[in-house]
Amino acid sequence: MLSHGMKQTGSISLNHLQGVIFAVLNPWVAVGILLLLAFFATYMTALSWADLTYVLPATSLGYVLLALVARFVLHEHVSPLRWLGIALITGGVGFVAGGPALTTHPHTAAPVDEPCAVAASPLLAKDARNGAPGVEL
Amino acid sequence: MKSLYTWSAILAIVFASVIGDVLLARAMKQVGDVGALWRRAGLGVVIGRTLGNPNFLFGVTAMAVAFFSLLFALSWGDVSLVAPAAASLTFIGNAVAAKIFLHEKVDRRRWIAASLVAAGVALLAG
Repeated sequence: MLSHGMKQTGSISLNHLQGVIFAVLNPWVAVGILLLLAFFATYMTALSWADLTYVLPATSLGYVLLALVARFVLHEHVSPLRWLGIALITGGVGFVAGGPALTTHPHTAAPVDEPCAVAASPLLAKDARNGAPGVEL
Repeated sequence: MKSLYTWSAILAIVFASVIGDVLLARAMKQVGDVGALWRRAGLGVVIGRTLGNPNFLFGVTAMAVAFFSLLFALSWGDVSLVAPAAASLTFIGNAVAAKIFLHEKVDRRRWIAASLVAAGVALLAG
């Protein structure tokens, strides 16, 4: 649930990341920066819970959201090629979110799960809880 | 000549943002579970420990380099080339870098996901 919320927040802000690139000099820039900060904070939080290769594809849902907003709010034309792009991203995110990727979550990772995930995150998390500095693996 | 500049800038974006992402991911693994730390020690400690992490600072610097490379790339090339090329190459580069430097277990599922997302982003941003 938490990571789902994080992903949604990240996605929405990623739209504004695109917007800022295309319109650096518009009056909404302050709002954009605030949302970027929010995106960054939630992105960092997500990275503290899951692998980079898990978080990154999930944030790409922002592109899908961007296209959907363009289509249904701004009534822009979305070409078939772009719909294919939306399908590919959605499929890719489904791929990474669907299975063992979730075991990288320290809360759900059992000691017998993916050896690398166990080696990477929960150990470090446990370590941080003990107040010791992070271990280089 | 102009396309050489553009592609150099695109590669600079990809390199800088991959380095940035890897450093930020490493920093947050060192900081540990943000939720648990927040409950235990408060938000100030979370922010302090994150901002005080050298990997975090280098990561943010790399992200800034990536952003300025993007500005350069956009001044030389069309956004319809720069945006999809940089974004999709970054996804692939990140998967490779995460495997090498973060020792993440990038299994077949994640390779497929990275490739699908990269292709999708290329189509969508193009």
